[in-house]
Amino acid sequence: MSSGRFIAVDGADTAAFAMKQIDPDVVAAYPITPQTEIVMKFSEYVANGEVKTRYVTVESEHSAMSACVAAAAAGARAMTATAANGLALMWEILYIAASYRLPIIMGVANRALSGPINIHGDHSDAMGARDSGWVQLYSENNQEVYDNYIMALKIAEHKDVMLPVMVNQDGFITSHSVENVEPLTDEQVRDYIGKKPAHFKGLLTYGKPVTIGPLDLQDYYFEHKMQQHTAMQKVLPVIKEVQEDYFKKFNRKYEIIEKYKADDAEMVIVGMNSVMGTVKDLVDELREKGVKIGAIKPRVFRPFPKNEIADILKNFKAVAILDRADSFGSFAPLYAETLAAMYKFEKRPYIRSYIHGLGGRDTTMELLGTVANDLIKMKDSGEGHLSEAYLGVR
Amino acid sequence: MKEQKKSWNELPIGGSILEAGNSKNYFTGTWRTFKPVHNAKLCINCYFCWMHCPDDSIVIENGKVTGMDLDHCKGCGVCAEVCPKKAITMEKEEK
Ligand code: SF4
Ligand code: SF4
Repeated sequence: MSSGRFIAVDGADTAAFAMKQIDPDVVAAYPITPQTEIVMKFSEYVANGEVKTRYVTVESEHSAMSACVAAAAAGARAMTATAANGLALMWEILYIAASYRLPIIMGVANRALSGPINIHGDHSDAMGARDSGWVQLYSENNQEVYDNYIMALKIAEHKDVMLPVMVNQDGFITSHSVENVEPLTDEQVRDYIGKKPAHFKGLLTYGKPVTIGPLDLQDYYFEHKMQQHTAMQKVLPVIKEVQEDYFKKFNRKYEIIEKYKADDAEMVIVGMNSVMGTVKDLVDELREKGVKIGAIKPRVFRPFPKNEIADILKNFKAVAILDRADSFGSFAPLYAETLAAMYKFEKRPYIRSYIHGLGGRDTTMELLGTVANDLIKMKDSGEGHLSEAYLGVR
Repeated sequence: MKEQKKSWNELPIGGSILEAGNSKNYFTGTWRTFKPVHNAKLCINCYFCWMHCPDDSIVIENGKVTGMDLDHCKGCGVCAEVCPKKAITMEKEEK
């Protein structure tokens, strides 16, 4: 059952609101645009006594993540949020959080990395962290931000997972856009997330000294990476289970990969986060004209749902992959991984890569229209297959 | 027979060491180049060396420094440096 109550909030406040309802034991954060509003709003909840959270104001993102690692290691539910260079400054600690299997939840208001300095939304921050061992969820709009936050906790703390989770939303485009959001009630969230599960004890036990973070050389490090690999392998089934349970309880349907008007489509546009709202509008418009086009939106990028995406895409004639990040000197991330996932099939659709919206530039209906035109050409002739385009760059 | 090390699923998560004080069982003194040699005649038992040794390797018995735990001393020379009586000298390790 949904609450039936709507609030008008931007994506950042949505994140803060979800954090308030989760009421984590510890939040350690440092402000950075466009994430600032998340932690600013949350600190208001702390100041008003609306949460019991111990709020740690640290001097940098490196310290924010370190404090979260320490808190989670002590068995606390720990959360933070960041963006762009803040995420970059957390870098080394991200890997440590994941390798110690600490279920920290972090919101990221995706923003372009410097330089040159830019404060607007693209995925260069999160894409750089894709191999840090964190689960990455992506959110098209504020409602998804909200639901992702609530589900993230369940995913992170699941006994088969115990990994940190990053909830991504596009900086400014989502974080600063007001939309109607239907949150659950405080009671619903409290009941749903429940108390910390018994297996989440943290690494420390009072009266029983242990060493965390010792030197781990050639004879053991590899095995410890295997532990992480194995945990990651279990994440997708857990996400599926959590999403199904969420649907049963609250009547909100989410899938690892959303298919929009794709069932009878010949062509699809694939992408993540806010651009997919525009893509869906374009699909609606073109469908009216009889164009058989659809949209495919992975909600999870880590672990990469490789079998799921390949099985969905294999039946289309032409596929456009939108990446809001570049990988200089290689293929863009979503494109590269999709290509690799498709390799298992002998018959594959025509695929083309589009890098778009870097530094927060608008990916407009008009620009996406050119992608659709390319697809229409490519589906019969193969023209543009495996080529890489920079959408709208001068 | 070669020692059979544990597999990934038998090891503590992230390499945590669950047994307190087990560094005693690992002889970290094997890669030393210089070793400290203590001269009891010059020593005034001020314990400076004991306070500064990063590896807890100064041995004190009945209130007197009697030498170094060479299984764990890494040969850093800090003890020799801080000794006010030059009662510790660093000598080339002969292996
Ligand atoms: S050489 Fe270094 S490690 Fe060895 S006893 Fe002296 S201070 Fe300790
Ligand atoms: S510092 Fe020198 S004098 Fe003092 S206890 Fe050690 S060896 Fe003896």
